[in-house]
Amino acid sequence: MKDLRLGVDVGGTNTDAVVVDGEGRIVVETKTATTPEPIDGIVDAITTVIDQVEDTSRLGKAMLGTTHPTNAIIRRRDLDRVGVLRLAAPSSLGVRPSANWPDDLRDLVIGRSQIIEGGFEYDGTPIASLDEDAVRRFAGDCAGDVSALAVSCAFSPACTDHELRAAEIIEAECGRDLPVSLSHTVGSLGLLERENATILNASLLTVARRVVNGFRDTLANLGLDVESFLTQNDGTLMTVEEADRYPVLTVGSGPTNSMRGACALAGLTDALVIDVGGTSADIGILVNGFPRESTAAVEVGGVRTNFRMPDLISVGLGGGTIVRHDSEADGGGVTVGPDSVGYRVISDAMCMGGPTLTLSDVSLAVGRLDGFGDPSLLSGVQNEICQAAIAWVDERIGVLGERMKASSTPLPLMAVGGGAHLVPTELAGFSEVVWPPHHSVANAFGAAIAEAAGSIDKVYSYDATSREDCLRSAREEATDAAIRAGANAGEVRITSVVEIPMTYVPGGGCRVIVKAVGPLAA
Amino acid sequence: MRELTLDDIDDLALGATLLGTGGGGDPYVGKLLVSQAIADHGPARVVTADELPEDGLVLTTAIIGAPTVILEKIPAGTEFRSGIQALAAYLGEDPVALMPIEVGGVNTLVPIATAVEMGLPVVDADGMRRAFPQIEMTVFTLHDLPAGPLSIADEKGNMCVFEANTNQIAESLARAAVIQLGLADAISCYPMKVADVRRAGIAGSMSYCTEVGKRLAHVKLGADGAWEELLDYTDAAHVFSGKVIDIDRRTTEGFARGTVVLEHLDDPSRTMRVEIQNENLVAFEDGDAVVTVPDLLCLLDYESADPITTEGLAYGQRLNVLAMPCAPEWHRDGMLDLVGPRAFGYDIDYVDFRERVR
Repeated sequence: MKDLRLGVDVGGTNTDAVVVDGEGRIVVETKTATTPEPIDGIVDAITTVIDQVEDTSRLGKAMLGTTHPTNAIIRRRDLDRVGVLRLAAPSSLGVRPSANWPDDLRDLVIGRSQIIEGGFEYDGTPIASLDEDAVRRFAGDCAGDVSALAVSCAFSPACTDHELRAAEIIEAECGRDLPVSLSHTVGSLGLLERENATILNASLLTVARRVVNGFRDTLANLGLDVESFLTQNDGTLMTVEEADRYPVLTVGSGPTNSMRGACALAGLTDALVIDVGGTSADIGILVNGFPRESTAAVEVGGVRTNFRMPDLISVGLGGGTIVRHDSEADGGGVTVGPDSVGYRVISDAMCMGGPTLTLSDVSLAVGRLDGFGDPSLLSGVQNEICQAAIAWVDERIGVLGERMKASSTPLPLMAVGGGAHLVPTELAGFSEVVWPPHHSVANAFGAAIAEAAGSIDKVYSYDATSREDCLRSAREEATDAAIRAGANAGEVRITSVVEIPMTYVPGGGCRVIVKAVGPLAA
Repeated sequence: MRELTLDDIDDLALGATLLGTGGGGDPYVGKLLVSQAIADHGPARVVTADELPEDGLVLTTAIIGAPTVILEKIPAGTEFRSGIQALAAYLGEDPVALMPIEVGGVNTLVPIATAVEMGLPVVDADGMRRAFPQIEMTVFTLHDLPAGPLSIADEKGNMCVFEANTNQIAESLARAAVIQLGLADAISCYPMKVADVRRAGIAGSMSYCTEVGKRLAHVKLGADGAWEELLDYTDAAHVFSGKVIDIDRRTTEGFARGTVVLEHLDDPSRTMRVEIQNENLVAFEDGDAVVTVPDLLCLLDYESADPITTEGLAYGQRLNVLAMPCAPEWHRDGMLDLVGPRAFGYDIDYVDFRERVR
């Protein structure tokens, strides 16, 4: 029986791994330090948990959430050089590819770029016929000069013909050794943002291959016969084969896995999650088991993309946050943060014999924290100062939570992270405060329970076909896409339907974005 | 004459997002157009109407189409030039300068890019100093200046020049042409003499927009006193801080109409309803109108102070609502018939928000 799943999450500080059984219970867990070469940490973490599994033949699936691609972009390391071809002329000539990129990243990544004739109007008619000779010439010029090509095309999410034809021509010209990323496979409407994501994707192919091969080899070397997946920014899965081709879709999976993992550990699908670290706290909200997404344009390494990322608010409140008091000032004059001693809390906090009064000391003094430091070292600290500081903490968390909620209905609040002890046991506006079991490995658990998804993003005409029929067709397409991605056909559910009416477009034009999600088929 | 730097463009674009009051098209693509034009052709020159010969011809240029289409069909640049050249040929006269028609949204930036490419200066003036959805909604109409003859051009060389005997007809003819030409086109309308710009235009609107953007940028950085400085400069009032608890969106007759309901962050018994038709037009608190068009009604993210566009509105968002007086040039006979609440179908009187805000 293949009822066990392995979940691994590589974060900036820690690499976590868990093994989860068919009931969603954690069987084994481990937390190791992320290594300079992250694959080493992955091997360590997986080996540690697998050693504790009696019958490894029960492992059926392995999921990896990783910051490799994000870090490669942010640190400008190991990125491939990319040729960029846009099919849209004569439109779009006013803004060339990689406009507004940070100079260092452009110099590193962009080999050559060109805008040629092709692309589509909003109604699907061609802007111009695809200039096939120009594709051929561009491919020829790029051979030997770049490691991969990115091809974008006006309205390709609605009409893929020109991108697919260009890919055929490039393959005929250069063979399969020059991989091609097509924009309709990595992004939604918004040509420039989608093109940016496509270029980043093409530049990450080597990084992706290393991660995917490393993950697969690790599993194989341990004698595990499993299907393997990577988690995407929206908390759903792609197969390792897809990850090999669309690595950019993994960017931002960390916070999503953490939030989804925390809620699932507590058995909830609708809740707020506060992740309190040493320096700051992030608060987000899960609706139907998925993080609410931010509407703001998302920059990755300084490049604007149209990825949907979890809507998070960050605040300078953590275990290492510094507490000061000025006895001359009115009302005790206690101020908290925003600065923090960060990871040095283990040496600098007063309860650890250090010189600095931090929120961890305050938490210990008021009885929220135990098993950390020596309370007797805090005997010189006035109770009033601690009470004032903890009142500030409670107020900040309450205000943040209230702002994140979508209605006045009380919701549970999940507290996770190293500074989670600071969160009060009761808070107005919240039905309960929960510290989920195993919350220190919430990220890896989030990866282990991730599901398969499919989505569509298209423009429909409500005058030509009724709105109900358009929406039905959109739901069906999204559901089919989820099943193709591995979801169990009987269990696919629609998780979001967004309709954006198109201003000034005749015929009741409406952009419809539908997402469907379901657990992996056994 | 002053030269526009790339830093000015950032401030101008941010100001244009705020003056767009939720609509007007995303200035981001306009900023990229200007950046490329400046990189290729050198800096932009901005002049006042007083620096130009009074009998010189001033032409405007703008994107006309659908914002969602422009996201995919980025302008080429050539459509704006050929629209201007077509209109100049029809008039038998070359322009001495270009001018924005709408300082608010993407059309704040477009004329700068085109002027740089054509080697012309841009006049620091416009006809709205905010965004409006229709061609006739300008202070020029209040001065009986015709929108025609006007031109529509696309990036493929298609173009038309036509006359219209009212500015309302100019709007409907232009809209019909655009539907046939890909919904992302160039319009050049309200051709006028420099003397008309001096007499009827909203002088200094681009500088105003830049200054607004500069102050909003300070707010976004969390600078001390930045909010007060922004409110003071624009003579604006902070109307409400609330969370979006309901959004209803629909498209009728080509406009994105919508209603957004905010619940006050501190006092849930207070609610504000904002009515939208591309732009934010009217705000009601507990049923009473507190801000009405043509005054500007701006929604900003509570935390980041980012101006929120109509498309970007989402359930649960936390927003600050600002009211800013429209340019004083609007306050003339005919203003309310042209751009007052009833012109948009709301059966309410114009109110002075300064008397209504709690």
